[in-house]
Amino acid sequence: MARKHHRRCLPGSLAALLTLFAFLAAPAQAPPTPKFVVVLDAAHGGDDLGARLGNQSEKDYTLALSVKLRSLLMARGISVVTTRESGADVDADRRAEIANRANAAACLNLHAALVSSTSGPAVHLFISSLPPAADTTFVPWRTAQSAWIRRSTELAGVLNSALTHAGITVTLGRISLPAIDSMACPAVAVEIAPQRQTDAASADDAGFEAKVAEALAAALVEWRADGGQFGERRP
Amino acid sequence: MIPRHQTVLFVILLLASVIMGAVLWNQLRRAHERLLRGQDSAPTQAPLVAPAEQATLMVANDADNSVQPRILTLPLPQNPEARARAVLGKLLDLYAAPDAAHPVPGGANSIAQVFLVPIAEGSGKASPTAPQLAVVNLTNAFAAGHPSGLETETLTILSICATLNANLPRVTQVRFLVEGQTRATLAGHADLTRTYLAAEMVPRP
Repeated sequence: MARKHHRRCLPGSLAALLTLFAFLAAPAQAPPTPKFVVVLDAAHGGDDLGARLGNQSEKDYTLALSVKLRSLLMARGISVVTTRESGADVDADRRAEIANRANAAACLNLHAALVSSTSGPAVHLFISSLPPAADTTFVPWRTAQSAWIRRSTELAGVLNSALTHAGITVTLGRISLPAIDSMACPAVAVEIAPQRQTDAASADDAGFEAKVAEALAAALVEWRADGGQFGERRP
Repeated sequence: MIPRHQTVLFVILLLASVIMGAVLWNQLRRAHERLLRGQDSAPTQAPLVAPAEQATLMVANDADNSVQPRILTLPLPQNPEARARAVLGKLLDLYAAPDAAHPVPGGANSIAQVFLVPIAEGSGKASPTAPQLAVVNLTNAFAAGHPSGLETETLTILSICATLNANLPRVTQVRFLVEGQTRATLAGHADLTRTYLAAEMVPRP
């Protein structure tokens, strides 16, 4: 009777042993790599038109640029989250909330303005003027960016390099901007300034805009490649 | 029947009234034109009631997003608040010039007032050498006419703060009002709700 019972249990035991062996022999599975997400924040919206660029408002210009840049980034395999998909208004807190929930590797706050007649077309890059602070578990909402200043500076450097390489004039600065001050990610405000030809000139200089979008996309691809070197998404 | 001499007198008086009316209307028109001409030719420079002194203006340049010092000799009042208003007025006059590197319309009249408030330290009592908060009250016309953009608005704020600190070293903090009211942004971008640290705004070599 005992022998019969032993014979009946043998296949089950063998199957369990094989399963255990297969589990132990399997190569250690790598932890899932964090997704590289870029947040595109088209500034203004709703009644807030922003600057006047010829026959177009800054609100529409930044939305069009956001859509164009998203296409370029997605074509390069980068996940994109946008804060605004229409002309509707999105307040600064909501923009920061979207960026922070996305766990983004880079956040670009997009602006546009006409340059004065004394200077040529250019791109102005701004990082938050908050003083750098150490990363802590809980950070104040209004100054969340302080822990990310070093990474934001690095991101601005990569963007500056790509834009300069594309032959675009770049200026760098610091600014107090509620939209980026509350973002817990490497964040840079990008202001595109096409040339002002005449007062009535149209600002939608498609060639310049396309050149800037291509350079920004190239910079973000480089930023993704540098991600491991800089320690992924930590400040 | 009206006597002939009364008819003649009535006609003479009527003609005299019409002529006097025409003369008065003409004089009124001339006086109005004189007044307008007088307004146009009003001196735009401050009267030389104060001794001329050297002032350092931190002048913005849109081309390279920089703020550079420029030393000028100006008649500056002794009262610190009037002095602050005078240097900022001169700075905004430079920006209102046709060939300005940082064009902003408005000029000196854009600064309604500048108030200097001592910043109380630990004891709660401000000493005569205590740092000061400058409250710059801008006119609505200046804010409404300021070009919109991250760079241009930031440079205006930066140059005002740096100019105040360069000429009144006790001014360490700056706040902005527009017609006496707090305002979210200057022209859609630069935050006017915060207190700016003037000392940090001065570019270091």
